[in-house]
Amino acid sequence: MAQQAYFEDVEVGQQLPPIKITPDKQQLVKFAAGSGDFNPLHFDEKFPMLKPMGLTENIVHGRFKYAQVGRAVFAFAGYKGRVKRFGVSYRGMDLLNREITVGGVVTAKREENGEHLVDLDVWTEDAEGKKTTPGTAVVALPKRGS
Amino acid sequence: MAQAAPSVITDEMRALVGVDGPPLTLEVEKANCRMFARAVGHTDRIFYDEDAARARGYRSIVAPPGFLGTPVFHPGAAAQGPPGAGRGYSVPYRRVLNGGTEYEYLPENGVVCAGDTITAVSRISSFEETEGSLGPMLITTRETTYTNQHGAVVAKMRGTMIQY
Repeated sequence: MAQQAYFEDVEVGQQLPPIKITPDKQQLVKFAAGSGDFNPLHFDEKFPMLKPMGLTENIVHGRFKYAQVGRAVFAFAGYKGRVKRFGVSYRGMDLLNREITVGGVVTAKREENGEHLVDLDVWTEDAEGKKTTPGTAVVALPKRGS
Repeated sequence: MAQAAPSVITDEMRALVGVDGPPLTLEVEKANCRMFARAVGHTDRIFYDEDAARARGYRSIVAPPGFLGTPVFHPGAAAQGPPGAGRGYSVPYRRVLNGGTEYEYLPENGVVCAGDTITAVSRISSFEETEGSLGPMLITTRETTYTNQHGAVVAKMRGTMIQY
């Protein structure tokens, strides 16, 4: 895990280290088992619902992309930080075997009820640079020496 | 916005807004935490190794972000979807999309760890209708409250479902 981020050191505009993933069928089968979402849309390329959507490849679970955003946000919070909330909207589909980049940027810093909070814009982005899963997160960070 | 299509929101549906659905029991187990973490690609050992989690001050393996337990499965019982998902009413749309997910965590009330039993209670907070590129659609927003075995609210979820 990366070094602990401290509230004083974080700057508005700072980017989270991007995470690049290319989910394959095995990974989505694992996610189906892990999440309990066994909709064949995500692992059977012959599933009849795909054709009317013009697709010949499976769709990555929205929740999988959400969990990837969660991975980036929890990594930013570090051992001493706490994730207060993170949410995304599903604006576009991602298909299997295509690269997805998870990213984020600090949009604000504030103090509330004694907590040192950092607001973030977060997202997953497809290979064409389209943000298919945009959202926001709030993380409480420690101060130096606390 | 043109209201070309007649509303699909019935009085029966309106009466459901704000009403708590039946509680759903979720068990947070070590094996499920590991499976979810592995599927997502987490490398932090607090999601896999009880000793590593305890060394960092947690009671047991930590539930990875986006995971709050597995619904208890009963063979032969009605399929258990997300709590209260589309039950108790029907709409004339066949297609469903997940519109969005937001969790608010309340770590000050306890970080969810293996061994916890979570009770999830959902309620519909709104029905909205709109006309999109896919035609008329119904947007249902649902809020779920997750309470642990000690009665502490550990998370709240807001989910959006799109039917068209």
